[in-house]
Amino acid sequence: MAAAWQKLVNFLGPDLTIIVVGLVGVLALVQVNALFLVWLERKVAAHIQLRIGPKEVGPFGILQTIVDGVKLVSKELITPRHVDRKLFMLAPIAIFLPVLVSFVVIPFSERLHIRDLNVGLLVIFAFSTFNVLAILMGGWASNNKYSLLGAVRSVAQNVAYEIPLLLSILSVLLWSNSLQMSVIVESQSNVWNVFWMPVAALIYLICATAETNRAPFDIPEAESELVAGFHTEYSGMRFALFFLAEYSNMLIVAAVATTLFFGGWKSPPFLGFLPVPGLIWFLLKTYILIFVVMWVRWTFPRLRFDQLMNFCWKIMIPLALFHLIVYAGIIKFIR
Amino acid sequence: MTNQMLEPITEQTYYLNMGPQHPSTHGVLRLFLKLDGEYIVEADPIIGYGHRGHEKMAESHLYEQFLPNSSRMDYLSGLLFNHGYVAAVEKMAGIEVPPRAEYIRVICAELNRISSHLLWFGTYIMDLGGFTPFLYCFDDRENILDILDHVSGSRLTYSYCRFGGVAKDLDDEFISATRQFIERLRSRWDDYHNLVTKNVIFIHRAKDVGVINRELALRFGCTGPILRGAGVAYDIRKAEPYSVYPELDFEIPTGTAGDALDRYMVRLQEMEQSLRIVEQALDRLPDGPIKAAVPHKVRPPKGDYYFAVESARGALGFYIVSDGTSYPYRLKARVPSYGNLQVLTDVLPGTLVADTISILGSIDIVVPEVDR
Repeated sequence: MAAAWQKLVNFLGPDLTIIVVGLVGVLALVQVNALFLVWLERKVAAHIQLRIGPKEVGPFGILQTIVDGVKLVSKELITPRHVDRKLFMLAPIAIFLPVLVSFVVIPFSERLHIRDLNVGLLVIFAFSTFNVLAILMGGWASNNKYSLLGAVRSVAQNVAYEIPLLLSILSVLLWSNSLQMSVIVESQSNVWNVFWMPVAALIYLICATAETNRAPFDIPEAESELVAGFHTEYSGMRFALFFLAEYSNMLIVAAVATTLFFGGWKSPPFLGFLPVPGLIWFLLKTYILIFVVMWVRWTFPRLRFDQLMNFCWKIMIPLALFHLIVYAGIIKFIR
Repeated sequence: MTNQMLEPITEQTYYLNMGPQHPSTHGVLRLFLKLDGEYIVEADPIIGYGHRGHEKMAESHLYEQFLPNSSRMDYLSGLLFNHGYVAAVEKMAGIEVPPRAEYIRVICAELNRISSHLLWFGTYIMDLGGFTPFLYCFDDRENILDILDHVSGSRLTYSYCRFGGVAKDLDDEFISATRQFIERLRSRWDDYHNLVTKNVIFIHRAKDVGVINRELALRFGCTGPILRGAGVAYDIRKAEPYSVYPELDFEIPTGTAGDALDRYMVRLQEMEQSLRIVEQALDRLPDGPIKAAVPHKVRPPKGDYYFAVESARGALGFYIVSDGTSYPYRLKARVPSYGNLQVLTDVLPGTLVADTISILGSIDIVVPEVDR
């Protein structure tokens, strides 16, 4: 094992080795996470709705998603005749790859991150914007009116909600003085950001829900209106990739929220004496946030498109701006 | 536009076929929409995909044989259709129904009305994107179906009424199960109101959406919760009392503006009123026979007859022409959803695609009933 590792390091060089091994690890994490989240979503939804949820395959039905995955892989990839073939095939890949890259800079614990770039946060938001492009590609290439409507909605929504999202994290950045994820976590050594910037955390979570197209902001794929939105025409593994990207996106969004507002890998205050590794704290916080997002999804009805935009432009952006100004003043005063 | 020839597109509009296979058209309704972006310019509901020719079928069936057809027109309030048809024939043939049978009919019909409204409630919120209340409602509705299954032997398409009475008597188990259900549903109102009625997103989605005002509703012959939501307290149970409704104490809830929220509130209050009716009817349930002596084949005298009852969706009338034989010469069902659906052409233009779903849902159509 050690010899093989040495061989790999000699072959690729130390930096590249970490990236390659890290990416393989991330790929595994993303898959396992998606499998777990789909199962969790179904279980959470079921228990909210007085049902049991999957229970047949494996203990508590935890292997259900693997079986579903096998089914999706084995299905025929149908390419309808009227689509723009190149874009149609590219879109599922385009939505999935950026998600994968974003994981490179997520600090899972004090030492467990693939690359601790000094522009870490920027990388995540730069790549998460790709999401929109892929959805637009998929919706446009499908040559289906429902898909197109879904794609157009998605672009308008994501572009609008990116503004308050970025505004809300600016106050965190002012405090940490860095875009580096590990520095942001270290800046919360005394008190988590969520305790003294609750509004920013709330804005972030709302906008992140909208960014990931989750209910009550799941307007691009609004099932009751647009059949399945931008991925109406997709089947088999291509559909699965959209699905995978959605759940991986949720993980990223929650992981970023954990890093920015909930102290990353740090233990909660007063629980520091527990011998729990940082990775566990990090994952625990992340999955609790994801649970909250799911809880919201299965409780609320969907907003209408114009209401969603009004909510963003008339409430979220002014609020985020005001918040930024106030906290800029406070931070200036403290320093 | 009804001939569906697409005119050359000169403006920035396009056509969208919503349905006949679409998650939210509740059956096989097709909405032919002309859209400008997401705004609807013209809307044309196209019906007939579920046409089975029930009215024509009646002409070749004995009066008794047509009974199962009646509940298959509207699969959600089959007992109310049953009741309407049976009462119409009884009026023709001059059959006296024993009081116990009338009470049983009213109890079962009101339970059916509640189950229909519960299903509407669930699917309407699902149309708006909230999935959870749907399953809560189905849990409650399941209870009603079990109760009705116990007495009538079927869960959806009942043939429980008979000319001159009902098929089977109520037993103690039915009565205690129904009383338990009344308790249970009353305890659920708080959940429903907290989950849905007070939800700010729901209010935004339903308030001032799809306004069908008094004038519009009357012009299109809308009945039921749509008309009452517009502020007209018209309910066949009060306006042209039939069966034992005059003896029972209940109110007709009405709205004011006629928007989707008013229709929602009207239906929710109607469920509570129906519970009251069931409760009173159970208390007063007289003893006696459940079926009058009726000849094997009903032969109503020559003439034409009309009888209306209040179905879950509005005024349901059966117009039957008899030529003196045991087959109806002509049977025409005036179904509430037909009029209620036509109003879409006036209400939809100017709204968003998302509102289409909300409005369609709030109107509560059952497509097989429209098509018949």
